[in-house]
Amino acid sequence: MVELWDNYGLQALFMLLHIGILIGVILGAVAYYTYAERKVLALMQRRQGPMMVGPFGLLQPIADGMKLLSKETIIPAQANGPVFVVAPMITFTLALIAWAVIPVNAQWVLADINVGILYLFAVSSMGVYGVIMAGWASNSKYAFLGGLRSASQMVSYEVSMGLVIVCVLLCVGSLNLTQIVTVERPFWVDLMLFPMFIVFLVSILAETNRAPFDLPEGESEITGGFMVEYSAMTFALFFLGEYANMILMSAMTVILFLGGWLPPFEIEALSIVPGVVWFALKTCLIMFFFLWTRATFPRYRYDQLMRLGWKIFLPFTLFWVIVVSGSLIYFEALP
Amino acid sequence: MISAIAFYLFASITLLSAIMVITARNPVHSVLFLILAFFNASGLFVLLGAEFIAMILVIVYVGAVAVLFLFVVMMLDISFADLRKGAMQYVPVGLIAGGILLFELISIFIAWGFAKSANDNIASPTPEASEVTNTEALGLILYTDYIFAFQVSGLILLVAMIGAIVLTHRRRPGVRKQKVADQQARSRSDAMEVQKVTPRTGV
Repeated sequence: MVELWDNYGLQALFMLLHIGILIGVILGAVAYYTYAERKVLALMQRRQGPMMVGPFGLLQPIADGMKLLSKETIIPAQANGPVFVVAPMITFTLALIAWAVIPVNAQWVLADINVGILYLFAVSSMGVYGVIMAGWASNSKYAFLGGLRSASQMVSYEVSMGLVIVCVLLCVGSLNLTQIVTVERPFWVDLMLFPMFIVFLVSILAETNRAPFDLPEGESEITGGFMVEYSAMTFALFFLGEYANMILMSAMTVILFLGGWLPPFEIEALSIVPGVVWFALKTCLIMFFFLWTRATFPRYRYDQLMRLGWKIFLPFTLFWVIVVSGSLIYFEALP
Repeated sequence: MISAIAFYLFASITLLSAIMVITARNPVHSVLFLILAFFNASGLFVLLGAEFIAMILVIVYVGAVAVLFLFVVMMLDISFADLRKGAMQYVPVGLIAGGILLFELISIFIAWGFAKSANDNIASPTPEASEVTNTEALGLILYTDYIFAFQVSGLILLVAMIGAIVLTHRRRPGVRKQKVADQQARSRSDAMEVQKVTPRTGV
């Protein structure tokens, strides 16, 4: 028993502590991301945003959380009980477990696994289940339409996301996230990945169901889509899951394209700032991009969304995979 | 010991959810249990040290194939009580198919003892996990020794995909579609004109 404790117990305890800290940080970030969203949108629309709760409305997320906690969870009589309750849990859990492989600094990662990027891709591709199950179990037409929209949308954009990831992997030669950040690439390779960066940015908007691709929610047409029947904590779990997913996708973009925790442009003098700060700053940049697009673009029509995914992004990324692999071989720059 | 516990956990959940797939009353629940079975099977692959296969199983089967499956089953509107009435008459056929599968599985293990190449296969085991990651090991084999089989299977999939599209695609007359090129090609001269409107006459 002592041996078992020495071998596994202490490690497990440390692991749990790490997980606890990580989840605490993520949930804090999610709470203040909702605040940032309201503030940024307000400033872009020449309003004030939340002002009343605490200085500059800083306590607003906490007040919102308390409100959601104290409300009653309503399960519609015609809903499919177990699936209805499990759906938000799946969304929330998936948004959190993906963080296990994200390296926030040189050695700061819970699980430094060989197939880190595939793990991330697998987790994000399972995210559709929370939405589709919620849509079906609610037994409501709006929710069902939202679920169907989301399913086809997320499956479509995953294809181009996968090909973008293939492009990056070709230049890096490893599926390990830490190595993706640290492997040095020539400047022209970075330049060649720039179009893929743009495609990826648009795809993560669709993948997280954010404006201008927020058709699964589409409040003006299907009144809130898949979460129309949800209330109180079940709704809060969806909400937290969506924002945690946005932060996750931002972190993924930073790791794939923006050099993770390394200081920008490899300037030596900037490396006195800890890597985790750079990582957080870069992630915030992409997170701001989410809000910026929401304030700027009107919602896409559904056929336009599908056209963009299948007729523009898919052929383009496929073509670019060939271009990247061809030029890597021609210039003998394969890692 | 920990890995044994994990194995029995994954294996028992896989089996239980596989049983639930065929016994669940609601077809959507069946598909959800099928997904759970896939997911736990990928857990078993991780325990084997085959992390690449595990992740691909989740990405392809759970993330894409099963989503479409669920999609279709959700939209079906069938009375399943009616469907179940005649189910018993298929039991003999099902038993035969299951029996054949079981026999083949068992005979694989028996054949392993007889086959001449079996010993060779044991003699050249896969490389150590510490030397080369199994993604790399798979790639080294797949794109060299089995390149022909790989490309043929790719071709078969392509043909199947084109076949499915050709068979299901129908051209419906009278459907108005957005033609983006036409919209872009419109110029100011054929879209609008400026008219001089004199008062009290109208256009």
